[in-house]
Amino acid sequence: MRISVQEAAFDLGVESAGFAAGHTDMGAIVTFTGLVRDLADDPLEAMEIEHYPGMTEKALYAIAEQAQARFALGDVLIIHRHGRLVPGEMIMMVATAAPHRKDAFDGASFLMDYLKSRAPFWKREIMASGAQWVASKEADEDALGRW
Amino acid sequence: MDVLYFAWVRERIGLPRERIETQARTVDELVGELRAREERYAAAFEDLGALRVALDQELADFSAPLDGVREVAFFPPMTGG
Repeated sequence: MRISVQEAAFDLGVESAGFAAGHTDMGAIVTFTGLVRDLADDPLEAMEIEHYPGMTEKALYAIAEQAQARFALGDVLIIHRHGRLVPGEMIMMVATAAPHRKDAFDGASFLMDYLKSRAPFWKREIMASGAQWVASKEADEDALGRW
Repeated sequence: MDVLYFAWVRERIGLPRERIETQARTVDELVGELRAREERYAAAFEDLGALRVALDQELADFSAPLDGVREVAFFPPMTGG
């Protein structure tokens, strides 16, 4: 398991290949990557991501451990950035390795659902018209109900 | 204890953290003390439904006791991912 909370950009190809390497007993690798998305009617200049150093790492480890307890996962990777990002930049990625694809997909989905609303990150969008904190979505909280 | 504020809670109160001497037994009591301090605190804690609290870096309820707690953090619902 590897958890990284970082300001620096990451290389999706390098991270994915590194994660996939050396797992002779894992038949499936799933990766998910989240990007900063521009807004059609009000162009986004940047997204600022604040976090709670210390709690963030703990929360991500706890979420990864829950995923490993729940699904047959051989390995988990979570990378999440903070600081100022512009549209098109990668915010975060998760990767799961499992003997079979269902656990790899479900494990990655579980990680995403939990880290959306249980890891202490807050996004702020900076637009030409002003800046605003991104509101949490009820759907994100509801998504936890399916696990 | 150390009290930390994040995102718009930090902006409303105007500081990221402070050291507080308190006799509050629960988070709710601490919130009551903070609200009574100044308008900016009252504004930040106006709607507890819009806030989350962590005690020593673990999510908790507003009814949770503060015995032995060293760090309390207040913040809006998280928006990671």
